[in-house]
Amino acid sequence: MEARRVGESLIVRLKGELDLNTAEAFKAFVREELAASRRVRHLILDLRAVPFIDSSGVGAILGRYREIKEERAGRLIAWGPRQPVRRVLALSGLVRVMDVVDTQQEALALLKEGNRNP
Amino acid sequence: MTLPDGIANRVAMEFPSKAENVAFARTAVAVFASQLDFTLEELDEIKVAVSEAVSNAVIHAYGDAVGTVRVEAVITAEGELVVWVRDDGRGIEDVGTARQAQWTSRPEERMGLGFTFMEEYMDGVEVDSAPGAGTRVTLRKAPARARVAG
Repeated sequence: MEARRVGESLIVRLKGELDLNTAEAFKAFVREELAASRRVRHLILDLRAVPFIDSSGVGAILGRYREIKEERAGRLIAWGPRQPVRRVLALSGLVRVMDVVDTQQEALALLKEGNRNP
Repeated sequence: MTLPDGIANRVAMEFPSKAENVAFARTAVAVFASQLDFTLEELDEIKVAVSEAVSNAVIHAYGDAVGTVRVEAVITAEGELVVWVRDDGRGIEDVGTARQAQWTSRPEERMGLGFTFMEEYMDGVEVDSAPGAGTRVTLRKAPARARVAG
């Protein structure tokens, strides 16, 4: 996993499957990165290199959404999920609380607009 | 090794209830399932469903202890995939409640979505369980192409 900050957004690049076994490392990584910067409000998850996700992965993402929403009034954006991952996110209802975009520019533009999903 | 009547092929595996083994189980079942005419999308669905059933066993069956999870998959003579995920753990008191979305005995972790995915992605899901008697989840799926072809 890699993270970088762009303005008020933390962009986290995930690699590999997000399931029961890897969810804990993801949670810990994002928590640590968030703790390192009070300026960060929004979380952009780069999911382009994630071939698989199940409900454990969904739960881990939902948990991070709650943290940034409750503690920083921020938003969560999923960048570039592949089709199987996109379906799981849709089925889980997670897409109701986050936007799904295809490019980083789209993600940043969306945050600038400050509209769409609450 | 002779196969029971009506069974064209069979694999079985058992492993300790560790999160590290979930990926192996779902991948192995998907590779086995690819002997049937499943699309890549259907194989992805099978992976998710098996992942959920095995994750449930790993998380819920034995508490913080490690027990045995058994996964068996068969291809029936009719061309259907049937997967059983079994544990000898604490069992489920109320299967009906456990299967409802948004319910989970460990809140915030998986949103109780495991059964939602299993039901959405498989043709059939059965749960046999009783307190103290372990749990057996049965997952069934046939390739949609085969069904259309009749």
